[in-house]
Amino acid sequence: MSAPARRAAMLVAIVAALAIGAAFLKRSDVYLLTLTMVYLMATFGLNLTVGYAGQMSLGQAAFFGIGAYVAAIALKAGVPFLAVMPIAAVACFVIGLALGFPALRVQHHYLAFATLGFNVLVYLILRNEEQVTGGTYGISAIPRPTILGVSFEGHLAYFHFTLASLVALGALLWWLLRSPWGRAFAALRDNPIRAESLGVNITAYTLLAFAIGAACAGVGGVYYASLVEFIEPGPFHFSTSLMMLLAVIIGGSGRFYGPVVGTIIIILLPELLRGSSHEALKFMQKWYLVFFGLAVVALMVWLPGGIVSLADRFRRRSTS
Amino acid sequence: MGDLVQLLVSGTATGAIYALAALGFTLLWQAAGVINFAQGEFVMLPAFAMLAGLAFGLPVWLAFLIACVLAAIVLGAGFKQVVVDPLIRHGVIPLVIATLGLAIAVKSTVRAGFSAEAHPLPSPFPTGQLSIAGINVSYADIGTLALAGAIVIGLQAFLNRTVTGRAMQAVAQNTESARVLGIDVRRMVLYVFLINAVLAVVAALLIAPTYLAKFDMGDSIGLKAFFAAIIGGFNQTRGALLGGVLIGVLENLVGFYISPAYKEGVALVLFLGVILLRPEGLLGKAEERKV
Repeated sequence: MSAPARRAAMLVAIVAALAIGAAFLKRSDVYLLTLTMVYLMATFGLNLTVGYAGQMSLGQAAFFGIGAYVAAIALKAGVPFLAVMPIAAVACFVIGLALGFPALRVQHHYLAFATLGFNVLVYLILRNEEQVTGGTYGISAIPRPTILGVSFEGHLAYFHFTLASLVALGALLWWLLRSPWGRAFAALRDNPIRAESLGVNITAYTLLAFAIGAACAGVGGVYYASLVEFIEPGPFHFSTSLMMLLAVIIGGSGRFYGPVVGTIIIILLPELLRGSSHEALKFMQKWYLVFFGLAVVALMVWLPGGIVSLADRFRRRSTS
Repeated sequence: MGDLVQLLVSGTATGAIYALAALGFTLLWQAAGVINFAQGEFVMLPAFAMLAGLAFGLPVWLAFLIACVLAAIVLGAGFKQVVVDPLIRHGVIPLVIATLGLAIAVKSTVRAGFSAEAHPLPSPFPTGQLSIAGINVSYADIGTLALAGAIVIGLQAFLNRTVTGRAMQAVAQNTESARVLGIDVRRMVLYVFLINAVLAVVAALLIAPTYLAKFDMGDSIGLKAFFAAIIGGFNQTRGALLGGVLIGVLENLVGFYISPAYKEGVALVLFLGVILLRPEGLLGKAEERKV
């Protein structure tokens, strides 16, 4: 079997194993897996911005939050889920364009600061505009979707729904990156000046990558709202954005599956530790972020390509 | 009228603290090409070091001096040696990510190992207010302005008047020429890291009495420092001062006249305005792109 075919077969096997295996898991574990996949939608999008367009974005949690609040308000008003998703995606896309335009005109590290400040502002709005967002009390009783008469109310049904959606989103991004349009992204990251001299409009492409990344976060937010059924501003603080960025980088930015590894490390592992009652694991949970932070520093020193790039390293060693 | 003057004075005082953090941030960028996302944590740690000193019964000034020495060793030389030196050759982004990781590790260490609560640090200045013609200004604000002002003037004098200071400026402006001229670039860069660490301790001493020492206090200070630096002009030391004071004053005015809930958003709006209209910052010079 050729390498791409082998990879595709492996992917199908993993997705199938997840879909079937979830039925044998505890309800709380299924919830955690769903939560990880929801965050994965946002980090997949962020990887487009960070890994492929080479920009630092520190506001992904703000777009995630916008998606979640749009979904909460619209779903409670009776708008069908399939209509809410594009609304949230388009809203985040447009806001992304409006925010990215002034920042990207200047210099690339300015986008980091602009998105960071934007996240602070969004958090303030979520907390203070009580008539719309419910303030610190948040919005509760957010319904789960019913599509074409099929209800995704149950935790397993919602898990399968999210898994299918994640695969669809992943496929869409994969196709996008394989298109000539997507290849321009990579050209731009690897050598912006050369790309520009070949006629790639750097600013336009970077802006689009950023806005598409934001739209992915918006979609993730919609699934998040429906999953947790209760939202408040807390999860959309800029510290979540930092964690999302680190997830992309430590997993391996610019590698399609990098965010999967990173998101498991920032979302699934700490939650699993929290759930355990073992003494040593409790200690780990308390100090998790300390180890995590130090590991990030160490990783940047020794393995700036992220965890997924380890595979390359071994492969290179075994062939040489 | 009295309100306005009070707001302006206390805003300038808070802004002066932001300016100290921003100043260190700008110096690091100029001399070493480092964007330090842990700058806020560099202010938080000394605040806790001073708290620990006070818990041992030390007077404030001694706790401050010890914190300065510790900061110079750990946040100055140690940070440079352990984090910056091995990473700088990879470029800006890995270093930024590493400082982000460092910020998380430092914050979480303080939370897990010490306390998640907010602790007041005793003010180095007397309590009470000075009243002139119906206008009340607190001694803390006056003291903050005086101390921050003295530090800034002293630093400017050092940078402009002494041989070492001028050599540091030369390194910041053009590292290669500075090296050709026989300046010990490595040592000058080290000095910048030391100055940054001490500036952070001063900022901690001034901010913790009012805004309390807490593991996540660095989030807000760090953010203000970035914005102050960019608003003023990333490549100008004076810019950091202007940016810091501008943010401090406008935050106070917005908090009082518009809505205290949106005080924290002032810096962002100002920042967006500046990058739209004058991307190099209010006092900055446009940087040439190096191909």
